Amino acid sequence: MNAYFAGRELIDEEIPTLPDEHIATRPAIHMDNGQPRCRRCNNTTNFSSHHCARCSQLCLYCRHCIQMGKISSCTILYRWIGPPPKHPENAGTMHWTGTLSDGQRIASSNVERAIVHLNEHLVWAVAGAGKTEVLFHGISSALAAGKRVCIAAPRADVVRELAPRLAGVFPDTPPAALYGGSPNLHTYSPLVITTTHQLYRFYHAFNVMIVDEVDAFPYTFNSSLQFAVQKARKPDSALIYLTATPNTDWQAEVKSGKREATIIPARYHRHPLPMPKTKWCGNWKKSLLPSAVHSWVKTKLDAGSRLLLFYPHIDTMEKALPLFKEIDPRIESVHAADPLRKEKVEAMRRREIPALLSTTILERGVTFPGIDVAVIGAEDAVFTESALVQIAGRAGRSAGWPTGDIVFFHYGKTNAMMKAIRQIKEMNRLGIERGLIDG
Amino acid sequence: MKQCLLCENETEMESWLPFFGAKAPVLCPRCLGKLEKITGPSCRWCSRPMEEDGLCLECREWGESLFAGNISLYSYNDAMKELIARFKYRGDYALAAIFAEDVRRAAKEAACDLICAVPLPPSRLFERRFNQSEALIEAAGLSSIPLIGRMESEKQSKKSRLERINSEQTFYPVGDAGGKSVLVIDDIYTTGATIRRVAEALGEAGASTVKSVTIARSGA
Repeated sequence: MNAYFAGRELIDEEIPTLPDEHIATRPAIHMDNGQPRCRRCNNTTNFSSHHCARCSQLCLYCRHCIQMGKISSCTILYRWIGPPPKHPENAGTMHWTGTLSDGQRIASSNVERAIVHLNEHLVWAVAGAGKTEVLFHGISSALAAGKRVCIAAPRADVVRELAPRLAGVFPDTPPAALYGGSPNLHTYSPLVITTTHQLYRFYHAFNVMIVDEVDAFPYTFNSSLQFAVQKARKPDSALIYLTATPNTDWQAEVKSGKREATIIPARYHRHPLPMPKTKWCGNWKKSLLPSAVHSWVKTKLDAGSRLLLFYPHIDTMEKALPLFKEIDPRIESVHAADPLRKEKVEAMRRREIPALLSTTILERGVTFPGIDVAVIGAEDAVFTESALVQIAGRAGRSAGWPTGDIVFFHYGKTNAMMKAIRQIKEMNRLGIERGLIDG
Repeated sequence: MKQCLLCENETEMESWLPFFGAKAPVLCPRCLGKLEKITGPSCRWCSRPMEEDGLCLECREWGESLFAGNISLYSYNDAMKELIARFKYRGDYALAAIFAEDVRRAAKEAACDLICAVPLPPSRLFERRFNQSEALIEAAGLSSIPLIGRMESEKQSKKSRLERINSEQTFYPVGDAGGKSVLVIDDIYTTGATIRRVAEALGEAGASTVKSVTIARSGA
């Protein structure tokens, strides 16, 4: 049999040759209290039907996960129930020479303990704390014990970035990186890094399930993703969540002790998180480049700063861009569908662009050393507490330049703004209290 | 509240429209805006957009037959390519509803006696679970008559233009058209090779003339 089949639950189009034995099957759509339910993605509302040439009946199909291959009423899901593939020798041997910060070390041993005892654990680590490294020891001991480990990430670019890092740390068990169009889609490895979509194809496969950037999943950890995580992990398994900005419910659960968590309140470089300021700027939708923003940008650029400026929507940002170009013609803008997105981000990194306007797509993941950050229209609904904390987390990332200005320009303060500032202040307080911040 | 069939955003409609019998649109304005209706001058035989009305070079080469012309509704742009791939290859039958009104209107204008679907080779029908041509007819609330069948063959979309034009006849008559005019409804018109083979088989089944309505005009 093909090893990649182990732990997966697939439709026949996805299986090159079906083994003669050790196969369990079940219908892909079942009726649950008179309501159809897709067993791959758990959709219960988005179905259509037609007369089917395969089963010669009126046949339902799931429209929610159709891009992964059609699931119909007459579709069968297959999974392998034979002996598991041989575990690689030296699995889990770690080739890593870095050192953990004090905050990381506590999180790392808590993660390892949760993995050994099959518990649930949340790592709440501020932007720049180094949350990936916190996983290494836990993954190492799980792999050494013959276990299967999965890291689920919200976007394909996160998977593509994590995979080579982990391949360097665990060269005896290079991870299978799974995303749409990945060359690894049919690869078996006890270590899997995957997007949510590919997670739908697993069934009770993993002893350790790690959900990275749990707040960043589309529609914030929606029920369909919850389902995918629960289906892909074994009933007896560890579940680790990583985030820099848990939602309000989870924050409350952490505070009341209902949710087991480790907070890393300080950055690896041991400097405090820069605090955002708020500044009223009038109706920015009308003025596009409010005078308060204009003078801040001009002062900063004259002093040689580089700026990251967030707008809530593409249209206002594009209308504002020409006004910024009057200050400096090299200023550019990016958004999710921008074909030159990568090039512009690179140009910003090479210091060829003095200021970059962006929608929330650059709120996480990108690091430009020594920048100042502004949000224009910070009261807009797209700027949730977690978005604002992430945006503030862009400033002061490098040890060589650990400070930076952050200004929330607004036309009326919101709860989200105040909560974001409170969260950052609280993290700094905790960091100092625990001796994780110098000075 | 209705959801767009493509992007799952809500479709918008002025709240007073339903009082006048308007149906909620199946696509949101954004998705609808990406589809490009063919308007302006075109080849009167194959619907290819042209500088002025007339007959395009390729159609002149085809010469006279009982095929009396094709009407294509949309250009085969990127959005349409994606839509048809999802409809036909991914098998999202529900998308046929997007063209229901267009197909119904075009069929009425074509004013033929009978409607016939383009059959799929049996193995392809099994693989795809439904015939896209029949789906378009059903969604438009029309009914088709099985006048022709189709033998097993290679996929038309995998062939070059020359291979398509010179391809062997795979359609054969199974019904009796009794001297009537027949309208064929399909998803894409590319070289016209398929529809001309269909017309020949329909001629053998006794059709007097054959017209076609296709959703998209590719290869123009």
